[in-house]
This record gives sequence, C-alpha cells and structure tokens, in this order.
Amino acid sequence: MEVLRYRPEEEAEPTWESFEVPVHPEWMVLDGLNHIKDQLDGTLSYRWACRMGVCGSCGMMVNGRPVLTCATYLESLLPGPLRIEPLSGFPVIRDLVGDITDFMGKLSSVKPWIVRDTEKPVEDGEYLQTPEELAEYKQYSMCINCMLCYAACPVYQIEPEFIGPAAIALAQRYNMDSRDEGAQERMDVLAQHEGIWGCTLVGECSEVCPKKVDPAGAIQRYKVSASVDFFKSVLMPWGER
Amino acid sequence: MDQVVHDVLLVGGGGAGLRAAIAVAETNPGLSVGVVSKVYPMRSHTVSAEGGAAAVIRPEDSLEAHAYDTISGGDWLCDQDAVEAFVREAPKEMVQLEHWGCPWSRQPDGHVATRPFGGMKIERTWHAADKTGFHMLHALFQTTLRYPPIARYDEWFVTRLLVDDGRCQGVVAIELATGKVQALLAKAVIICSGGGGKVFRFTTNANIKTGDGMALAYRAGVPLKDMEFVQYHPTGLPFTGILITEAARAEGGWLLNKDGYRYLQDYDLGVPEPTPVKRSMELGPRDRLSQAFMGERQAGRTISSQYGDVVHLDVRHLGEAKIDKKIPFVRELCIKYQKIDPVKEMIPVRPVVHYMMGGIQTDLEGATLLPGLFAAGEVACVSINGANRLGSNSLTELLVFGARAGRAAAQFAGSQAAPSSALMAQAEDEERRLYRDFLQNSGGSERVSPLRDEMQDAMEEGVGIYRDEEGLLQAEDKIRELKERFQSVSIDDKSLTFNTELISVLELENLLDLSEVVVSSALARKESRGAHQRTDHPDRDDDNYLAHTMAYRSDEGAPRIEFAPVTITQWPPGERIYGS
Ligand SMILES: Cc1cc2nc3c(=O)[nH]c(=O)nc-3n(C[C@H](O)[C@H](O)[C@H](O)COP(=O)(O)OP(=O)(O)OC[C@H]3O[C@@H](n4cnc5c(N)ncnc54)[C@H](O)[C@@H]3O)c2cc1C
Ligand code: SF4
Repeated sequence: MEVLRYRPEEEAEPTWESFEVPVHPEWMVLDGLNHIKDQLDGTLSYRWACRMGVCGSCGMMVNGRPVLTCATYLESLLPGPLRIEPLSGFPVIRDLVGDITDFMGKLSSVKPWIVRDTEKPVEDGEYLQTPEELAEYKQYSMCINCMLCYAACPVYQIEPEFIGPAAIALAQRYNMDSRDEGAQERMDVLAQHEGIWGCTLVGECSEVCPKKVDPAGAIQRYKVSASVDFFKSVLMPWGER
Repeated sequence: MDQVVHDVLLVGGGGAGLRAAIAVAETNPGLSVGVVSKVYPMRSHTVSAEGGAAAVIRPEDSLEAHAYDTISGGDWLCDQDAVEAFVREAPKEMVQLEHWGCPWSRQPDGHVATRPFGGMKIERTWHAADKTGFHMLHALFQTTLRYPPIARYDEWFVTRLLVDDGRCQGVVAIELATGKVQALLAKAVIICSGGGGKVFRFTTNANIKTGDGMALAYRAGVPLKDMEFVQYHPTGLPFTGILITEAARAEGGWLLNKDGYRYLQDYDLGVPEPTPVKRSMELGPRDRLSQAFMGERQAGRTISSQYGDVVHLDVRHLGEAKIDKKIPFVRELCIKYQKIDPVKEMIPVRPVVHYMMGGIQTDLEGATLLPGLFAAGEVACVSINGANRLGSNSLTELLVFGARAGRAAAQFAGSQAAPSSALMAQAEDEERRLYRDFLQNSGGSERVSPLRDEMQDAMEEGVGIYRDEEGLLQAEDKIRELKERFQSVSIDDKSLTFNTELISVLELENLLDLSEVVVSSALARKESRGAHQRTDHPDRDDDNYLAHTMAYRSDEGAPRIEFAPVTITQWPPGERIYGS
C-alpha cells in the first residue's frame, strides 16, 4: 500500500510511503490501514469510527477515486499497489486527515432544520405525513456527510466557494419535507452562492455517493425551481412568492 | 494555558449530548453551552443504531405495559421510579423529535408506524426504516444548528474532570488538530460520552466506544453502578461483529441451528409459529437468546465457521419486497460486509458484545454524587435497563434522560458562582502529565495494540456470556498485569498535529480501568441475573442480590464494591416468563 503522508511539523510537502500489507478476503482498505497503524507505524493518522458504512468518517482517495475505506475490499483492488490519499479538495491537516470546517459551515448555512411559521405544541401529537410524502424527500435524508461527492466534483475542485452537492441535497431534503415551510429562506441562501450555475450536471457526485442520495438530481431540481423563482421575481416583482 | 468558560459543558455529541444541549438552551436561552466531542457529532455512535426507539403510542398499549416489559426484561434490577418517569416522558420526547424533522416510518394514514421488538408484549418501537439512530442523530444535530448559544468543540478529547471545592467545574481537553491542551471551565458538566464495548474484541461498537466518560467520573470518585451487566446481542455478523438488528426478527426472521431447527423452542421461549409472536421465540429478550446460542454450541448444534461458531438467521421467506421496505440496511450490510444476499441466503450470526447496562450512577435528573456533574445516555446508569436492556429502550433513554439532565444542569448552573481559579493549576498538571508520560517519553517497552488485544482476549475469555469465579479471577490477574505493563507504554507519535496514537493510548488507559471494574463487579455478584450468568451460582438470589453494585475507585488498586438498594414501586420481583 502506498500512502500519502504529510507531517506538517517535519515536511513542507506530502511524500509517499510504502507498506507491505497482507490481503485477507474479509479485509477492507481500512483494515489494511489499521494493520499499518497497529503493527508497522503507529504514527499514521486517519479517521474512522463505525466500520459499517454509516458514520461517514473514513472517506479517502483510493487509486484516485473517492471511496469509503471501510466498504472497499482490498481484494477488489489487486494486484496493487494501492495508492491512498486524503479526500481531494480539502486542505490536509495531517496524513489522511482533511480539514472539513468549510464543509460543516456549508451544511449549516442551508438551515437544515424544520422551519415553520407556527409550531404545533408537542402535546397535540405528531404532524401527519403519509408514506408517499415521506418518499418525496427520503432519499435526500440518507446523506452520511462523507464528502465523497465533493472530492469527485469538478466544480468544487476549482471553485471551493461552490456550496457543493451534499449541502444542496440537504437543503432539498428539508424543502421537500411536507412539515417544512422554509424553502424560500433556503432559496435565498443558495442563490447567494457562486458556482451553482457552474455545475455542469455531469453527475460524478451521484456516481460516487455510497448511499444513493443522488445529489446531482437534487441540484437539477434546485436549478429548475430557482429559475422559475428567478423569472417570477423578474416578471412579477410584486407577485406572491 | 488558555481557558474558556461556559455555563454548561457537554462531554459528548451523540444522541444524549445533543438532546441535553437543546434542553439547556431551551430552559435558559441566556446560558452558554459548549459541546465537546472527540469526533464530529454526526459521527457519534448513535449513528449506527438500526432498529428503533420505544414509546407508547398505539391505543391498545399502555405505560404500565411498557414499564412491565422493561422491568421484567431487566430481571427486576431496574429502579422502578426511573422506569415510570421513562415510560411517561418517552412519547412526548419522540413526538418532539418528529417535530424536529426525524423521518419516522409512517402508516398509510400518516401516523407514525411501530414495530415489535424483543421482550415486548405490545409493539411500540418507532423506527426510521432500519437506520433509526442515523436519522435521530442527524435530526438532532441539524436542529442544534438553530441555537446560537450552543458552541461546539469538534474533535476535542477530554482527558480529565476538574474538581474543586467538592464541585465539578470543567474539564481538560486536547484539540486534536493542534495538540493544544486547554481548560474548559463550566458551572455544570454533563457527561454523555456513550458506552465502552471496546473492552471486548468482538463487538458491535464503533472504535470510539472506549468508555472514556465512565473512567473520568470513576477517577474523580464517582461510583460506577452495575458494571457487570454486559449485553450480548444474539445476532452479529461473524467476522466484523456488525449488528443485524432485532428488527430482522421482528419482521419475521427465524433463528436456525445446523439442522435447520428453530432451537429457541427448547429454551423455554415458546413454540414456533410461522409469523412473529411477541415476547416469544425470536422475540424473546437478548440475554436469553444469547444464552440459548451457548446451549446449542455446547450440544454441538451450531455451525463452525472460520470466525467461530454460528447459527443462521433466515429471512428468505419474507421475500425481497418486504426486506427492501422494512430492513433495507440489513440487506445492504450483508451484501457489502458478508458477501451474501439475505433474500437468497441465510445470514450467519453469533452473539456479540453490544451494550453496557451499567455506568455512572445518577439520580432521575441525571445528577451524579459529585455536585455539578451530571450524566446521561449509555454512559450513565439511571437504572432503567437493570440486568438486561430491552432492545429500543436505549435510543429513547438518550432523549428522556438527556433532556432531564439538560434541564437540571441548566438550573444548577443558574445558581452557581463562576468557576474558581484553583482549577487552572490542576489543568496545568494534566498538561504536564500528558507531555511527560506520552509526548516526551520514548523508550517504553510496551505498545498500545498488544496491550489492547490482550485485554480484550482476557475479557472475552473470563467475562463472557457465562462466568465463574475461577475465570473471573484469571481475568482479574491479567488486567492487573496489563495495568502494570501500561506504566511502560510509549507511543511512536510525538506530533502535536492530529495525533491519533496519543488518543488511542488515553483510550486504552480508560478501557483498562473499566475492565477492572467490570471484573470486580462480576466477582462481587454471586448470583445469576439477566446478562450476568455465573455457572457457579446459577440462580437469581433476591435475598442477597436484589441490589446494585457500586464500584468506587480506591487507592489500594482493586475497586471497592458496595451494594445499594433497588427501588421497587409497583412490580414485586417475579419470574420472567416468555413464550406463553
Ligand atoms: C450497532 C448498534 C445498534 C444499536 N441499535 C439500537 C436500537 O435500534 N435501538 C436502541 O434503543 N439502541 C440501539 N443501540 C444502542 C444505542 O445506539 C446507544 O446506546 C446510544 O446510541 C448511545 O448514545 P449516547 O449519546 O449515549 O452515546 P454516543 O452516541 O456513543 O455518543 C458519545 C459521544 O461522546 C463523545 N466522546 C466520548 N468520549 C469522549 C472524550 N473522551 N472526549 C470528548 N468526547 C467524547 C463522542 O465523540 C460522541 O459524540 C445500538 C447500538 C449499536 C452499537
Ligand atoms: S451526498 Fe452522498 S457522497 Fe455526498 S456527502 Fe452525502 S452520502 Fe456522501
């Protein structure tokens, strides 16, 4: 396994380092990294937690593709060598650990919570939502914030201001929730962001998404509703929005 | 050294911590709240919970029934006043989470849907397909973003509680990105740091579940309660320990031995019916199901696999459509991690360490015996789980007792003076210790991973589903030896930037303390109850052990174990009957 190391206290530029790792049929790329850390070099740094593909911590570039390392069999990449790098497009803190502060800010900027004019008291019970209404947004609610889509996004790589696939999918998750009334507020946020129109809808984001969230579909829907909204505001500046 | 002051500080950003943070902000919007978490909150282990969360909502159900199922499931070791508060507040908390956007699965009429879970007389498990914890955690996390007073310390690792004047007034934590050691002071601290399944090797728990909060409290003199009760979940995938949720059985899955026989019928768990019957067979409680597996293994009726003996969980008869609708994550996990498709093949499973019933002793408001220190969630033991937790009670517990602890801590903080200056000296001591013992010390003869492996093996060997004195004493010796050897541990990584090896050595230190407490508590309880089964004391002994163990740290080494009474309100201890 070839791993891109970066130790800011010791080196100015990242360097490649090779390790010999045994291949067991059950082992994922992450098991290989753990083997290195436990047996060969305790200083290798990377994030992981659940090892069942749901916490979203362990995304890395493996042979140039963004993947969850806990869900990628070593065997599937034989004969090797494997090249492991941090997720592309994020500043590197150390070794395979990227800085995700900007991503976290983008997520919260789309107001990812239920917005309502009036909230029903809890004592009055749940909001009704039919299985069909649930199905409208369910897919967009499956995002694990793994950021593979950012690493794959050609726009984000050159235009880091771009709010990005997962954040737009998250906005759509709430916009399409029958309990929510915040679509307009979110539209205003998204409209401020450069780059959304730069998205060429090539769909790399949806292709690498491990949870089939289809952020490209969310962007497409957003563009349609945003342009309708744009024309409404130009053509009918005093109309109801 | 830098210091930051908050009114209330949360250690942990999982389900319990986030619920508590919102409760503080809502109780008193003027308070500043800090949430410290060693991982980004949405990576917390609550994210892995699959099956669901229990609360009474169906007209045919009752609080009484939820309480009875919980108490009998816990083999009468639950504090019944805590259970009463729990079942009473559960529905409201679940509706609250619905208002906060949790995508609960629905009935055709738009009301929230429920499913049955093991040990339940009436179905009451709310679920978001089979990714319930994931959706709950993300809904909670996203909702916290609405509250400006909630500040976050993401990827900060707490190493010590600061106590002065008999009152907990903050913590010391390391910021992973920079290696900075800092004092985070507060008028009240709530520990919500989750469980410690990593004491064992084969577990459903994430790598981050290292019982840190329990160890922090224990070292500060707060007792850990009922730590001998470790829940084995009957259905884990053999190599990874990945959980196959009880929902697979609730939807109609069968457990089969090597002869294709539904063996649970031989263990007083009822008679097999083609469709699930509540509190019966595959829907019996987890302790009894895991013990039945051991019986089959003893009798040579399990199937041997490369990763230990297994039985089969068969869901094929449910059909693809139902599997994809009700338990899609089960299918995804089996395909991805076991290379089998449960639509066509049987799933190999074996019991796996899943949950700690014990934890930091708290009262019903989450207050510990140390003023200013509160705890909630899996790290705490308010005693609703007794000797065996019922599936789907934990997620609800995070909400009910997270909220209670948040409100109580907000109240407490409102009446306290600012943290004292003596704390900074303690914090600087802690910084020196971290440098001296780990960052500047090379040349130690021991390394983290062998110590951790040996600890986990010793625990599996001596403190598994069945225990006896001899095995427990061996485990005790081994843990003592490992603690000794830990004194000469050193790490390769001396960097201040994202030093994950430093974190693992600190986690190991916590795990070793926990192991010792689990073993001592198990030795002290000379009876069999719920998840604690002693072959040398096979019966439940209410005369002597209808009591909680309380483990206190002592300077002599081994923990001091005391017993505290169980609160019984309306349900006198009885026999646990399943399958009728
Ligand atoms: C695979 C699996 C499935 C489950 N399914 C169900 C289910 O269907 N129903 C159910 O009721 N229960 C289920 N459970 C149990 C339940 O999920 C957990 O008990 C519960 O989620 C624990 O939540 P918590 O908030 O207490 O802790 P966690 O979610 O574990 O959060 C702990 C937090 O503390 C932080 N932390 C820990 N140590 C430190 C430190 N030293 N410094 C700073 N921060 C720290 C972590 O970063 C994290 O944010 C399941 C458990 C597992 C393992
Ligand atoms: S949309 Fe998909 S790829 Fe992007 S962060 Fe979410 S889960 Fe990951």
